[in-house]
Amino acid sequence: MNLDRRQLLAGGGLLVAFSMAGHGLAQLAGGGEGGAAPRPVRPDLPGSLKSNPVLDSWVHIAPDGRITVFSGKAELGQGIRTALLQVAAEELDVPPGAIDLVTADTARTPDEGLTAGSHSMQDGGTAIANACANVRMLLTRTAAKRWRAAADMLTTNGKAQVTAPDGRSLGYGALAADLSLHVEAIPNAPRRDPRHYRTLGHDLPRVDIPAKLTGGAAYVQDLRLPGMLHARVVRGPSYGTRLAKPQLDRARKMPGVVAVIENGRFTAVVAEKEWQAIQAMRVAQDSDYVRDLPLLPVAEGPHRLQKLPTREIQVLDTHDGAKPVWKTVRGSYSRPWYSHGSIGPSCAVALAKDGGLTLWSHSQGVFDMHRAVAELVGLPPEKVRCIHTPSAGCYGQNGADDVTAEAGLIAMALPGRPIRLQWMREQEFGWEPCGCGMVTRVEAAIGPDKRIAHWTYEVWSNSHNNRPVGAGGYAVAQEISPGFPAPPPKPIPMPEGDGDRNANPLYVFPNMDVRYHFVPEMPLRVSALRSLGAHLNVFTIESVLDELALAGGVDPLAFRLAHMQDARARAVMIEATNRFGWAKRPRGDGRRGCGMAFARYKNIGAYCAIAMEIEVERETGAITVHRVQAAVDAGQPASPDGIRNQVEGGILQSLSWATREAVTYDATRRTSFDWGSYPILRFEEVPGSVAVHVMDRPGDPFLGAGETAQGPTSAALANAIADATGARLRDMPLTPEVVKAAIGV
Amino acid sequence: MTLSITVNGKRHQVDASPETPLLYVLRDDLGLNGAKYGCGLGQCGACTVQLDGKAIFSCITPVSAVGDRPVRTVEGLGTVDRMSPLQQAFRDEQAAQCGYCIAGMIMRAQALLDADPRPDEAKIRAHMQTNLCRCGTHMRILRAIRRVAGLPSDGAAA
Repeated sequence: MNLDRRQLLAGGGLLVAFSMAGHGLAQLAGGGEGGAAPRPVRPDLPGSLKSNPVLDSWVHIAPDGRITVFSGKAELGQGIRTALLQVAAEELDVPPGAIDLVTADTARTPDEGLTAGSHSMQDGGTAIANACANVRMLLTRTAAKRWRAAADMLTTNGKAQVTAPDGRSLGYGALAADLSLHVEAIPNAPRRDPRHYRTLGHDLPRVDIPAKLTGGAAYVQDLRLPGMLHARVVRGPSYGTRLAKPQLDRARKMPGVVAVIENGRFTAVVAEKEWQAIQAMRVAQDSDYVRDLPLLPVAEGPHRLQKLPTREIQVLDTHDGAKPVWKTVRGSYSRPWYSHGSIGPSCAVALAKDGGLTLWSHSQGVFDMHRAVAELVGLPPEKVRCIHTPSAGCYGQNGADDVTAEAGLIAMALPGRPIRLQWMREQEFGWEPCGCGMVTRVEAAIGPDKRIAHWTYEVWSNSHNNRPVGAGGYAVAQEISPGFPAPPPKPIPMPEGDGDRNANPLYVFPNMDVRYHFVPEMPLRVSALRSLGAHLNVFTIESVLDELALAGGVDPLAFRLAHMQDARARAVMIEATNRFGWAKRPRGDGRRGCGMAFARYKNIGAYCAIAMEIEVERETGAITVHRVQAAVDAGQPASPDGIRNQVEGGILQSLSWATREAVTYDATRRTSFDWGSYPILRFEEVPGSVAVHVMDRPGDPFLGAGETAQGPTSAALANAIADATGARLRDMPLTPEVVKAAIGV
Repeated sequence: MTLSITVNGKRHQVDASPETPLLYVLRDDLGLNGAKYGCGLGQCGACTVQLDGKAIFSCITPVSAVGDRPVRTVEGLGTVDRMSPLQQAFRDEQAAQCGYCIAGMIMRAQALLDADPRPDEAKIRAHMQTNLCRCGTHMRILRAIRRVAGLPSDGAAA
């Protein structure tokens, strides 16, 4: 589409139809999380090009041949910087080292919404691939014009040159000087042939790792701006509390203290040096606390959700005629509230200067942030610039957004001085939004044919998407005066879903009744945690499948394959189990056991099958995971090792969730405030081996893989425990105490 | 008050109150990025550096307790262009995701390898038990350490 057609659309009725059609797409830009990404103006284009179709917002080529690529997606430790670089290098046909990649900066890069929901490769990677293919096509045409040759006779050589059959060549820099990239992409620019890939599909070492191994400045925590001050917030022990009598006068007199910021109930100390700020904070916090919100559900845990008002969402309701029932399985499953548990507490740097505010933040949503913080501090959005700067892995909405908003408020009170604010460990545990506690309930039956006859499924959950899209989304917005009310929580619609993510089985079952009891009231502050509701939904579905297979006397793999028609799903299940040696696996003997599980993330992302062998120490209930084998189909892999790294990490994190993690609390506050009260997996507890096989899918569309292992891993573990011990465990975490009690030793 | 400490072979005069944790002196006074604030409680190991050859938590070590003993941080092992064997092994194994814990991991593992260049798998895991990784990069970190320890990559001894 050229500019003329765009102008035509803007003046005509077609625009209405396009923007209506695009609205749903826009909502899903970050997996449905956060605010709507910019409106699609070209729904015919792939990925994020829909809303940012002009090529020079993605690619710039300087006369000296230096290439800059712009992405709205952020490096969260998932390796996306390297993967996007590979995509760009491949489709431009240049060495990766020829490209500078600029990411997630509201002043410089396209607004691609959140970096979330395993959408970065699907949306951002696809956009860069097609934008770069367009640019390579235009460079080739420009060379053809200059040589008076046919463009289809010319090629590129991987060295940022267009070449002719007679051996002539022209560098991209020289060609770009004759070429405007301020044009819209076309949808079908020729992509590089997967058979001749030079970069894509190869294991390019991650470009961010060397600095991280040598003490380079790699994180927002490492920013040191001239004149920078250090701030700490002064708070009660956890969300929903406040200090009865903070000792601010004492704090003011502490060495190095420059200011004590007070705005309503929001209080912060600012000092010349970081340790001085921490000491002043400790003095200021020497106070009792008061709880302002309803008491926490000590006795009920996540089952509290089943007693709160719900909004009913019918996910599936299929009728295939009554089938004879042979055996029925019923069960209720749950998971507790989880902490994101980032190793580095959240941190931000803010500078108010010349009527504007600049924020360096590790938020997943810098584009939402620059609008929401603008509202919070009373500036127009164009006066707030937000630059994504990496930090410790977040795995969802941890304290990153809150700490940036708070740094912004402090900076506005101290213009001209950069403010570095980092939360303390106990503040991160106490104030971050948790991953949702959830409950499911299932009744399913098999007929005499050993096939499922009906499937009734319910899930109770809060919203997994309370990411700030306006000022009210920050915890501090209800502390300052005048404040901003928290917005009402909303579920994410399918096909992404939130509490009901992956509640719709990819398997073919007849007579399905799947309901999402969406619970607006939040007993604990919650938002997105890696895989959202898919973790418990996959845990439940895959546990029930094993229960039904056992009831029918069918092998768990055969039972799954009997209900699965998707060829790629079957392929990962077969690949993982073949590599595992499923057919010859040791059978459950009271101690050892094996389990498997499968899911396709959201039914639209990557496919993942897991098989594992475990051992239960009957005397203590302790579980040892001997080996894990995964197979993953993520479409064309940008970097197979990058996917392996993500999936290995997902497997270990999911094992940690399933076996030991739970946010603890008494009636008035969270009580898991450090790594002693919130233990996670350590080296002596990780598996003996973890192997991840990445399926080869040359040229297939990218499928997000960063969250695909979360559900299948926890489910495979529960299935392995059931195989080993005969005990079906349905309520996470599956701690040694729980295991021991269940096996009755 | 003015204190004197030796970091990566270099003597520094720093102006800090004596109870200041070594972590903040390294980061704020000397401008070193390697040691990270993770918990301030000695529970996660993100702040791990070597003191007199032993891995310590710099977040709970007062600077006044350092005295004349040498401090070594990840910056003292090697640079991007001239990595130490252990840093190179972490790069070869791509043993990082977010990487926030990794400098501490390297310093703890280096202390083990300095004391025992050929540790077995159980010894490596026990030694690394104090350091947390939330991304789940443990299998790669173990492979990187095995590489330098001359053990098979798959940790068959586990």
